[in-house]
Amino acid sequence: MAISLNWVNDYIDIEKEDKVLLANKITKAGINVEKVTVFNIKNLVVGEVLECEMHPDSDHLHVCKVNIGDNTTQIVCGASNVRAGIKVIVALPGAVLPGDFEIKQSKIRGIESNGMICALFELGLEEKTEETYNKGICELPIDAPVGEDAFKYLGYGDTSYELDLNPNRTDCNNHLCFAYEVAAVLKKQVKMPDITFKETDELVDSLVSLRVDTENVPMYNLMIAKDVTIKESPDFIKKRLETAGIRSINNVVDISNYVMLEYGQPLHFFDKDIVGDKIVVRMASEEEKVITLDKQERTLSNEDIVITDGDKVLCVAGVMGGLDSGINDNTKNILIESAIFNPYNIRYTSLRLGLRSEASLRLEKPLSYEYCELAIKRACHLLEKYADAKIVKGSISYDRIDRSPKKIKVSLDEINSILGMTLTNEDVESTFDSLGFAYTVDNNTYEVTVPNRRQDIAMQKEDIIEEVGRIYGYDNIQPTLPLVNIKKGEYSESAKFRKIISKRIRSLGFNELRTYTLLNEEDVTKYNYNFGDIIILNRPMLKERACVRQSLLTSLVEVAKYNISKKNKDLMLYEIANTYSGSEEYTEDTKLAFLVSGKYISNTWNQNSYDIDFYFIKGVVENLLTFVGLNNRYTLSLSDKLPKEIHPKINSEIIVGGKSIGYFGKLHPVVSKEDMYVCEISLTKLNMNKTGDVKYQELNKYPKIEKDLAFVVDDKIESFEILKEIKKSGGKLLTDVKVFDIYKGDKIDSDKKSIAYNLTFEDYTRTLTEEEVMNIFTNIIKSIENKFNATLRDK
Amino acid sequence: MYNDKIQELMNEISGIFDSVNNKQELENLKTEYLGKNGKITLLNQLIREIPAEEKKEFGMKVNEIRTKFNDEYSKVASMIEEKEINEKLNSEAIDVSLPGTKIPVGTAHPIERIIESLETLLMSMGYDVVEGPEVEKDLYNFELLNLPKGHPARDAQDTFYIKGEEWLLRSQTSPVQARCMLEHEGKDPIRIICPGKTYRRDEDDATHSHQFTQMEGLLVDKGITLGDLKGTFEEIAKMLFGKSRETRFRPSFYPFTEPSVEMDISCFNCNSKGCHICKGTGWITVGGAGMVNPIVLKNCGYDPEKWNGFAFGFGIERLAMLKYGINDIRTFYINHDIRTLEQFDRREY
Repeated sequence: MAISLNWVNDYIDIEKEDKVLLANKITKAGINVEKVTVFNIKNLVVGEVLECEMHPDSDHLHVCKVNIGDNTTQIVCGASNVRAGIKVIVALPGAVLPGDFEIKQSKIRGIESNGMICALFELGLEEKTEETYNKGICELPIDAPVGEDAFKYLGYGDTSYELDLNPNRTDCNNHLCFAYEVAAVLKKQVKMPDITFKETDELVDSLVSLRVDTENVPMYNLMIAKDVTIKESPDFIKKRLETAGIRSINNVVDISNYVMLEYGQPLHFFDKDIVGDKIVVRMASEEEKVITLDKQERTLSNEDIVITDGDKVLCVAGVMGGLDSGINDNTKNILIESAIFNPYNIRYTSLRLGLRSEASLRLEKPLSYEYCELAIKRACHLLEKYADAKIVKGSISYDRIDRSPKKIKVSLDEINSILGMTLTNEDVESTFDSLGFAYTVDNNTYEVTVPNRRQDIAMQKEDIIEEVGRIYGYDNIQPTLPLVNIKKGEYSESAKFRKIISKRIRSLGFNELRTYTLLNEEDVTKYNYNFGDIIILNRPMLKERACVRQSLLTSLVEVAKYNISKKNKDLMLYEIANTYSGSEEYTEDTKLAFLVSGKYISNTWNQNSYDIDFYFIKGVVENLLTFVGLNNRYTLSLSDKLPKEIHPKINSEIIVGGKSIGYFGKLHPVVSKEDMYVCEISLTKLNMNKTGDVKYQELNKYPKIEKDLAFVVDDKIESFEILKEIKKSGGKLLTDVKVFDIYKGDKIDSDKKSIAYNLTFEDYTRTLTEEEVMNIFTNIIKSIENKFNATLRDK
Repeated sequence: MYNDKIQELMNEISGIFDSVNNKQELENLKTEYLGKNGKITLLNQLIREIPAEEKKEFGMKVNEIRTKFNDEYSKVASMIEEKEINEKLNSEAIDVSLPGTKIPVGTAHPIERIIESLETLLMSMGYDVVEGPEVEKDLYNFELLNLPKGHPARDAQDTFYIKGEEWLLRSQTSPVQARCMLEHEGKDPIRIICPGKTYRRDEDDATHSHQFTQMEGLLVDKGITLGDLKGTFEEIAKMLFGKSRETRFRPSFYPFTEPSVEMDISCFNCNSKGCHICKGTGWITVGGAGMVNPIVLKNCGYDPEKWNGFAFGFGIERLAMLKYGINDIRTFYINHDIRTLEQFDRREY
């Protein structure tokens, strides 16, 4: 919404205000002035051509002596209509014309020229066409005052404010209400527009009847203007509409727009002779058809309000007129409508039909009944003045408006205690006065009557307190801290767990990612591991972002591939995010996903690096599980239930407390040609396991005995199975077993492998003898040989 | 006679170590003089031939010569040892100008960094960190917050609905406030912050994202003022953008607060002189806030006659963009180049 300050000046004297400073003041009071545009060109003056001679070195240039008020200057001019005696517009050096064309002192074919005599199109006041070009320079009336600012003389000098209104303050989308805001800030009074006109003897009732058949129209006013002359609007109307961003059509249409921009009340003008003598306002019926002004057939619904002649739809209320019922070049008599509709209906209709106009935008907000009544009178005044209209006596009104004034009580104490200020009665009262709020005061409690134009103010004291605060100025609030009980802030249980995991995995070298929750229908089914129903949005913005993900891996793999394409090959990435599933009620599952690829620790110049493999990601998983206190409480084993995107033979499911909480493994070669290892764990499920604090264990002061042994076994036997058996037959004196070598090759059969173990024996109460350890050791060997058909491998 | 012998030996050992170059030569000399048949050792055999009255003096002289030898020996031994260590050290020389091994260190996402800074500050001021679901009910996201169906202010938050109009992807983190108030049943004071993901039907471009991050704060207690909100905001602004930041409130509108304000900070780039970041105004809007609307308090089970409070909210992406000088909001979500992420391997100031 753009405001013309020349227009505002009709209601409140701001002639001498600095327009930029004023914009800042108004912005601070809550009406955001987004942009200040000054329609002016400096160094542009009215001049008088005193002498005009041909340029000695040209057949079309003239050398002119021009009186510019204080002195006379020489200008070279090429226009054919320049001659001595006329008044012209002179751009002096320093003037910047549209197109960033700066006027400078110069020499034209050797003759000094100190400016330019201008045509209107050169000032951006007319379109540049062959016609305007041929007109040549602009000749001003002979009484134009020499030396005056030419823009101002032409009436083009204006400043506009582009407003960015808060959604509750759309009342300021018109010049009058904006003037009230200016008045509040400047502590001045607003002068209302002239709404007087003469009435004919004829009565409006005799020409038209009105029936309103719906609850959704609280107010509907009709008046009639007869014998209008359709012509061009006066300059000031054209210019003001232009500044506000509305194109001039003709005097009558312009007046309806002018009044809308003045009062914020949209009007509708019907051609009285076409609509006849009966207006019936009702709800449309389902599937009812109407052809609107833009020649489109529209299908209506029973939420749309229509204006009819009792039969035919004349207008979709507040949204668009019907074909033929509006003003045309031959219109003589006008039926003027000024109405308030249920904002919800207007909003619904305009959104559904995709027809949002300056009028519908205003009508879908609460409107003032006072302005609804004033606007129609103002229109009559202007039609009489600028369209030669004769106004028919009286008006027809349907009126179900609750006219009881909005009165709100608030005490000085309440104002100060909410704002944290120390205002006096005088401060508060002067603020009420400047806002135009009437009030009575009783024992420091004010009863404020809210003007009808301020529909944004609700029936609660906080709204009044806000008004006082914003006009008195929030800059006057002293910052304090709340006087509340001292306590420490805490993370919620789930947030705390997530932070702990996040910090741990970062400390292992992983970089955190944040990727989108929404995926396309295909990707959202990938990495399906115990997925619930997939959530699909009603109305997505893009197909690519239509479903709520249940796995973070699609996005993680995408990021990894992007990095590899950028030659970043060594990757350790992770993300923690909530995932959702379900169809009636929705389940939240917080997931941790990570991905590794390339090398761990790599230098460019030496070979001290570690190629990331399955055992690396397994190590990360074990590290995390141990860190959260689950050592010895999980099993990791090959699974055939994992998503198809995972390598069927290089993977592991993570089972904690008998429940699967996630998996890890190599990506299937079909998914990625590069070796990538991924893991996804449900933190929600992981956090369900109770774990305790560190319990210190004293180290053994007796020596330990270590033994190594290696078995040759069938290749298919998992090392973990052998390890379990070693532990079982080793008894409690066997305190640790480590695998330290795996061998496959020439020295043993091709379907066999050799696994070497390092065994530690110790007792916390005494020193063990070699003999007793050997006994256990022999037992272990025997049981492994028996159980796995293994042979002890010689050194 | 023996005196001559002693003198002769004394002369012999003087300067004897001068030509010694290594440990071997040194040990050879030691054997030659102090070994089993060493020249000094053998002097002791002479003692039998010495008259009794001269034995003492002779003994002293032998000791003298032994001491002299030993002193010289140790001196040279330590010199040689030092020399050998030095030689070893020199032989170990490497090119220290080669780059160090890159220790893998994980980085927090810039959004997480900002959230953690805010959490640290506000938790120290007694705010609990509370979270809520991203798939949310219209009831919590809008209705309880004074945004009934059809309310025009819902326009500004074009929302992703899921089947019908009951469930949605939350368009703000405010529903967590409603849930928290209802949970406390109007009995206890509340001090919470709720960071989290939010979603709106925006087309993604440099400044819009259909997914973004908010952090809201809510304080419900007794006798709370707009000044308290300003003071709290000032702490946050200074923590994030430096101690010399000034703050300003501008009137605004949110259905869940009354009065409502926009929270501005003085431009950190130009110190309020006006630049491209503050669009020439000298001020940058960083969040919205206000006193909790009594309607919201009532909707959520708190008696507005007894309780009041404030709420504030920040767009975390906006804060991160301002703080780290990021121009495109999509940087946070797509094409995560690890070289971008690794820039954030630095302590927070």
